[in-house]
Amino acid sequence: MNALGTASRKQGGRRYSAKARRDALNFYIYTSPWLFGFLVLTLYPIVSSFWLMFTDTTLAGTGKFVGLANWVYAFRTDPLFFTVFKNTIKYVLMYVPSCLVISFVLALLLSRNIKFLGFFRTVFYLPYVTAGVAVTILWGWLYNAEVGLINYVLSLVGIDGPNWLGDPKYAMISIVILSLWTIGNNIIIMLAGIQDIPSSYYESARIDGANELQCVFHITLPLSTPTIYFNLVVTTIGAFQIFDQPYILTGGGPMNATYTVAMHMFRNAFEYGKMGYGAAIAWGLFIIAMALTVLIQWSSKRWVFYDH
Amino acid sequence: MHARRAIVFRRMGRVAVYLILIAATLVCIFPFLWMVSTAFKTMAEVYRIPPTFIPRKPTLENFSKGWGYADFTTFTKNTIFVALTATLGTVLSSSFVGYGFARFRSRLSGLLETVLLGTMILPVQITLIPQYLLFHKLGWIDTYWPLIVPSWLGGGAFNIFLFIQFFKTLPKELDEAATIDGASSFQVYTQIMLPTVRPVLLAVTVMSLVYHWRDFFLPLVYLNSMNKYTISIGLQFFQSAYGNVRIGMMMAVSLLALLPVLVIFAFAQRYFIQGIKLSGLKS
Repeated sequence: MNALGTASRKQGGRRYSAKARRDALNFYIYTSPWLFGFLVLTLYPIVSSFWLMFTDTTLAGTGKFVGLANWVYAFRTDPLFFTVFKNTIKYVLMYVPSCLVISFVLALLLSRNIKFLGFFRTVFYLPYVTAGVAVTILWGWLYNAEVGLINYVLSLVGIDGPNWLGDPKYAMISIVILSLWTIGNNIIIMLAGIQDIPSSYYESARIDGANELQCVFHITLPLSTPTIYFNLVVTTIGAFQIFDQPYILTGGGPMNATYTVAMHMFRNAFEYGKMGYGAAIAWGLFIIAMALTVLIQWSSKRWVFYDH
Repeated sequence: MHARRAIVFRRMGRVAVYLILIAATLVCIFPFLWMVSTAFKTMAEVYRIPPTFIPRKPTLENFSKGWGYADFTTFTKNTIFVALTATLGTVLSSSFVGYGFARFRSRLSGLLETVLLGTMILPVQITLIPQYLLFHKLGWIDTYWPLIVPSWLGGGAFNIFLFIQFFKTLPKELDEAATIDGASSFQVYTQIMLPTVRPVLLAVTVMSLVYHWRDFFLPLVYLNSMNKYTISIGLQFFQSAYGNVRIGMMMAVSLLALLPVLVIFAFAQRYFIQGIKLSGLKS
C-alpha cells in the first residue's frame, strides 16, 4: 500500500493530491457514523471512566474528587473485591482451556471427511445460537438437585449427584459446564481453520510414512495455531466478562462462590448507585484482562506458527 | 497380516469418530428435548421420579398460564421493535462504514482501522458507566434509545470488520469502471457493492436479529418499567419470582421465547455459519 502511494505521488503531483483529498473526504464521510460513535461512546467513556474512579459519583452523575479512596476501599474495606477477582480468574482458567481443547477435538473429528457433516455442524452450533436467558433457565432445571435430569442420569450409573448450583464447591463448575455447552462458534472457526490446510501437506506426509496421529500432531495442530490463538484471545476477553449465567442461575451464590467481577461492578454501579467505585472495578477488570492478552500475544511468538 | 491389522484399526478409528460425534450430538440436543417434554407436563408429573420422557397426560396449560403470569405479549412486541430497529441500523451503518474503510484512504485510515480492531477486544464494562451517565443526561434511561442508537453508529466493530474484509476482496476495477461511467461513490455503494455482498448482508442481519433478541445485559441496565421489558428481562423476572415452583410454565415460556431464534436459524443456517467462518478468517 505504502509503496503504491509513493509511486503515484512521484508520478502525479497536483492531480494526485486532488484525488487524495477527495479520497480522504470520502473516507471521513463514510466512516463518520462509526467515528462519531467511537468518539462519543468509546473514547470519551474510557477517559471519563478513568476520571470517575477517583470520584464518588452517584447514579445521578454528581460527585466530587476523592483521590484514591475507591481503591483504598477496594483493597482495605470491601470484603468482596478479592473474592470476585478470584472467582472470575477461576472461571477463566477452567473455561478457556477446556473450551479450546473440546472445540479443537470436535472440529478435528468433523474435518475427517465424515458423512452428515452439515447435520453435526448445525447441531453443535444450535446451543450457541440459542444461548441466553431461556437456555440458562433450562440449565437451572437440568441442574436441579432432587429432580434434575443430570442427577437422574448420574443415578442410573450409581453416582449420587451433587447439589450443583447449591453447593459452593460445585456452583462455579456448573457455570463452566453450561458455558462449555455453547461453544459452537469456536468449533466452526476451528473447523474452518483446519479445512484451510492444503491437503498436499497430508499427502506428502503419508508418502513419508506418517500415520494419522502423527499427521494431527505435526500438521493439523501446528497449522491450526493461528486459529487457536484467535480463539484464545477472543474467548479469554469474553470469559472475563462472565455475567448473565451466574446472575440468572445463582445471583452470585451460594456463599458468593459464583459472584464475578462484572456482577460486582453491576451491583455497585446500578444497584447501590456507586458509579465511581463501579468504574474502579471496571478498570481492575480491564487491566487484568489486558495484561493477560498482552501475555498471550507475547507468548504467541513462541507457539503460533505462520505458514507464510 | 500387517496391512489387514492396519485396516481394522482404521475402521475402529472411524467408528470411534462417529461415536464421539453422536455422543456430542446427544449432549447438544437432549436439553432441548427435555425442555419440550417438561413444558407439556402437569405439575405432578414434572416432579415425578423416575422422570418420564414422554408426558403421560400432555397439557397445554403451562403455555397459556405461563404466558399470562406476566405480560409476555408486550415483552415480545418490545423485543421485536428493538431487534428490528437495531438490526436495520447495524446492517446499514456497518456496511456503509465498512465501504469507507475498504475503499478510501486518508492519512489516518490505517491508524483508525487498528483502533477499530482494538475496540473488538475492549470489555463492555469499561465504557458502560460513562455511557449510562451520558444517556442519563439525555433523558434516555428507561427508553429504547440506548439499545438502538449504538447500532446506527457502526453497529459494532465485528460487523464493520466483516464488511471491510469482504469489500476488499472485490476488484477495484468494478467501482472504477462505474465511476468512469459517472456513478457517484454512493451509487457505487448502493448499486454495486451492496448487491455483490448479499451473503454478508444476510449473515449480519440474522446474527444481529438473534443477538438483539436474546440480549440480556443492556436491557437489564437500561430498562426499569415492566411495560418496557424485553423478553429476556421478562423471563428473568418471571424466573426470579416463580422460579422453581413453576418449572413447567418456565419451560413453556422459555420455549416460546426461543421459537423465533430457532425459526431464523432453521431458515438462515448457512448465513450464520458463513458469518462465523468469516470472523475467524483473519486473525
